[in-house]
Amino acid sequence: MERSLRALLGARESDVVTVAATARESGFVASMVLFIVGAAALVASIFFPYWELRLNAPQYPKGLFLTVFIDHIKGDIREIDGLNHYIGMRPLGAAAEIERTVAPVALTAIVLMVLALAFVHRKWFAPLAIPAMLMPLIFLADMFLWMRHYGQNLDPSAALSGAIRPFTPTILGHGTIGQFSTDARLLSGFWLATAASVLIMFGLHFRRTARIAAARNTAAA
Amino acid sequence: MKRTLQVLMIAVLVPMAVFGCRRQDVDTSGQPRAEERSAEQGDDSDDARPGGAVAGNVDEIASARGLSPDDVKAAVMTYNPSGKMDEYIQFASGGHGGQMLVIGLPSMRLLKLIATFTPEPWQGFGYGGEAGMAVLDGGNAANQELRWADTHHPALSETAGDYDGQFLFIGDKANARLAVIDLRDFETKQIVKNPISDGDHGGMFVTPNTEWVVEGGQYSTPLGGAYAPMSEYKDKYRGHITFWKFDREKGRIDPEQSFAMEVPPYWQDLCDAGKLESEGWVFCNSINTELATGKADADGVNFESGASQNDMDYMHIVNLNKAAELVAAGKTTELNGFKILPLQTSIDEGVLYFTPEPKSPHGNDVTPKGEYIVVGGKLDQNATVYSFKKIQAAIAAGNFETDDYGVPLLPFDATMEAQVELGLGPLHTQFDDKGYGYTSLFLDSAVARWTLGGSYRTDGAEPWKLVTKTPVQYNIGHLATAEGDTVSPDGKWLVAMNKWSVDRFNNVGPLLPQNFQLLDIASGGVQMPVIYDSPIGVGEPHYAQIIKADKLKAFETYPEIGWDPQTMAVDPDAPKAGTESVVRDGNNVTVRLTAVRSHFTPERIELKQGDNVTLHITNIETARDATHGFAVSVHNINLSLEPGETETVKFTANQPGVFPWYCTEFCSALHLEMVGYMLVEPSSAAASVR
Repeated sequence: MERSLRALLGARESDVVTVAATARESGFVASMVLFIVGAAALVASIFFPYWELRLNAPQYPKGLFLTVFIDHIKGDIREIDGLNHYIGMRPLGAAAEIERTVAPVALTAIVLMVLALAFVHRKWFAPLAIPAMLMPLIFLADMFLWMRHYGQNLDPSAALSGAIRPFTPTILGHGTIGQFSTDARLLSGFWLATAASVLIMFGLHFRRTARIAAARNTAAA
Repeated sequence: MKRTLQVLMIAVLVPMAVFGCRRQDVDTSGQPRAEERSAEQGDDSDDARPGGAVAGNVDEIASARGLSPDDVKAAVMTYNPSGKMDEYIQFASGGHGGQMLVIGLPSMRLLKLIATFTPEPWQGFGYGGEAGMAVLDGGNAANQELRWADTHHPALSETAGDYDGQFLFIGDKANARLAVIDLRDFETKQIVKNPISDGDHGGMFVTPNTEWVVEGGQYSTPLGGAYAPMSEYKDKYRGHITFWKFDREKGRIDPEQSFAMEVPPYWQDLCDAGKLESEGWVFCNSINTELATGKADADGVNFESGASQNDMDYMHIVNLNKAAELVAAGKTTELNGFKILPLQTSIDEGVLYFTPEPKSPHGNDVTPKGEYIVVGGKLDQNATVYSFKKIQAAIAAGNFETDDYGVPLLPFDATMEAQVELGLGPLHTQFDDKGYGYTSLFLDSAVARWTLGGSYRTDGAEPWKLVTKTPVQYNIGHLATAEGDTVSPDGKWLVAMNKWSVDRFNNVGPLLPQNFQLLDIASGGVQMPVIYDSPIGVGEPHYAQIIKADKLKAFETYPEIGWDPQTMAVDPDAPKAGTESVVRDGNNVTVRLTAVRSHFTPERIELKQGDNVTLHITNIETARDATHGFAVSVHNINLSLEPGETETVKFTANQPGVFPWYCTEFCSALHLEMVGYMLVEPSSAAASVR
């Protein structure tokens, strides 16, 4: 237990070594590079779509698209909203407004935390990586909750409320609602964030091994 | 070892991340991805269907229907399965239907009828919408609301002598008017009435860069609506060739910059603008150089023989560049506020020349490189070819004879290059890309293919010679080949526009449809089969032009919500979602409405008898094909609101009562519920009974 905790959080107080000693370790350089690249990937992800929903119906031969970025949505919003009003679903623009508004600020903060981690090698800085590593999961969970909220809270006075019961939209893969079939998939923004997560995880690993090695060298000296 | 592992890790992960980004194209347009769209469109590049292999029982089907192998081939050449687009678009006049027809080739399917001079309810043209009413009123004359037209010769706008797919012009023979259609939305934007004449025939033809739109006159009258008895025909009656200045930026004819040439009272006929070598010149036919005045009583001579006495009529040769210079220099008079270049000025300044042409000519068609002009004399069996170089040489030689009005007459032998014996009733000629001309033969009911000479003959074939004729059914007027009157004809497809169909279609009563026949001209030689008959049951088309479909770049929906098709821009005052209102100011009521599937907002308008109502309505849809109608019962109002479009209607609520209005397009499953009520409260109780 203690070993695994140590593995996660890095060396204990007794393992403390000098900055100079740590910096000499190649693992430290590797971790710094991984943190920086991870941070860059996270920053880049803001410019790429995270998720896309395609709605298919006979009268829309090209399909209708909803594309979600971390800070905005685009695609055939007006048309999808127009269709949704028949079943009493609220306009898409009103969903996750706070999340989308704070996303750039929050992402900046998360990235700064990772960069702090890259340049400051105190072991208790390690938890700073957690928000960045959880970004993809937070995104998915938030979207799922909103979609479920939207699907479950339909206006009962809508024209087709008798025909379409409250439902939870499928957020990954294939689904069906009314005459529409839906295909949802994760896109490059999400994969960038995931890559960032993995890179930072490896960064933590190398940071820890570098610290242990440095401690060992110090002890030997 | 550890270091190697770390470097390897970075080397693998970073490219993965980058690759991941590039695989998913970023959607910058907010629209579905282009490649996904085109992949599902059945255009020519779509090769999803297996070619070659034919289903097993085609022979049985063909034999059961009595189809020959050639019939089956024709069917295969013209059939478009669902979703397959046509390669060419034909714009044909709708004759005295007063509209324009849009037809796909080779399928010959009617794609659309463009409301032009005549109110048309499907497009909401002339049924309450202010914009359409204003366009129609632009063509009013002589205190008349002119609401029909005889559309004859459409002209697509050109750049460097080639169709550019931007605008379409169409003339009205009956009233001497022309209309401008914007091909971004296929809607009529302007109707202009000729202020000095009430009839024409030689329009529309455009100069190679669409600076000018040519309208040749027809039945001469005293110009400007004046009166003179026919005994004064020779002195007081005049013909005209009008040159309309086109402002491409605005997409409108500018009458202020336009002018008409006064010409002798022959009956001017079809024209064509010179191109390349002959750019800056215009050529028009004429008939009735006899100055026949018709049969007023039992002893007179009727027009049909009176106007056919001379063996030769006169081709009008106009130096347009020089005419425009004279107009710019103010050498004009004014009639009804319109600039006129007097006949004597044209003669003195070398703007107008005549040369004889076989009588009763019709087509007057400049060859693709601009060096020859081909005239079909309906009562002659030749296509007569004139050389622009020879015309210029004859002008330079000077020493002219003149006609009775003093117009220089260039000798026929000096201007004529060749006469090609084709058959009876040669009428109109277009061209291909292999040095052949195609001429309709009215009396023979046939299409002739013949060789051009000069630089067109590189294949060793004998120049100026008939190659083959294909019978058509029946009485062919004009014909059109793909881009066949431009500087670069495509050499594909020919449409014979037959006036009579007689026995070609099921009997639909004594008024018969016209017959458009598609001929395949791509195989060359003596092969030129008719492969499709298409009935046209909406008017009598005359001329048509055929443009490559990919040159047309029409809107799929209007670009922005609140689009005014008249200004082709967003109207900042257009109602939008959330800004709907009913505002009363005394007895003036302004209603601002939106339409979206499947409701109007607001849905109730309460008026008092006598209110002046101004109603603005926007279709706030963005989906392709999500058009809404707006029809008010017993008010003669029906609008067509295409996605994004905004319209205005004004009326006085004279009739008390309750008037539902509804959407005339079946827009959705709840279309019947897309309705509103207009209540007009009577000004007194007694008035509530109709």
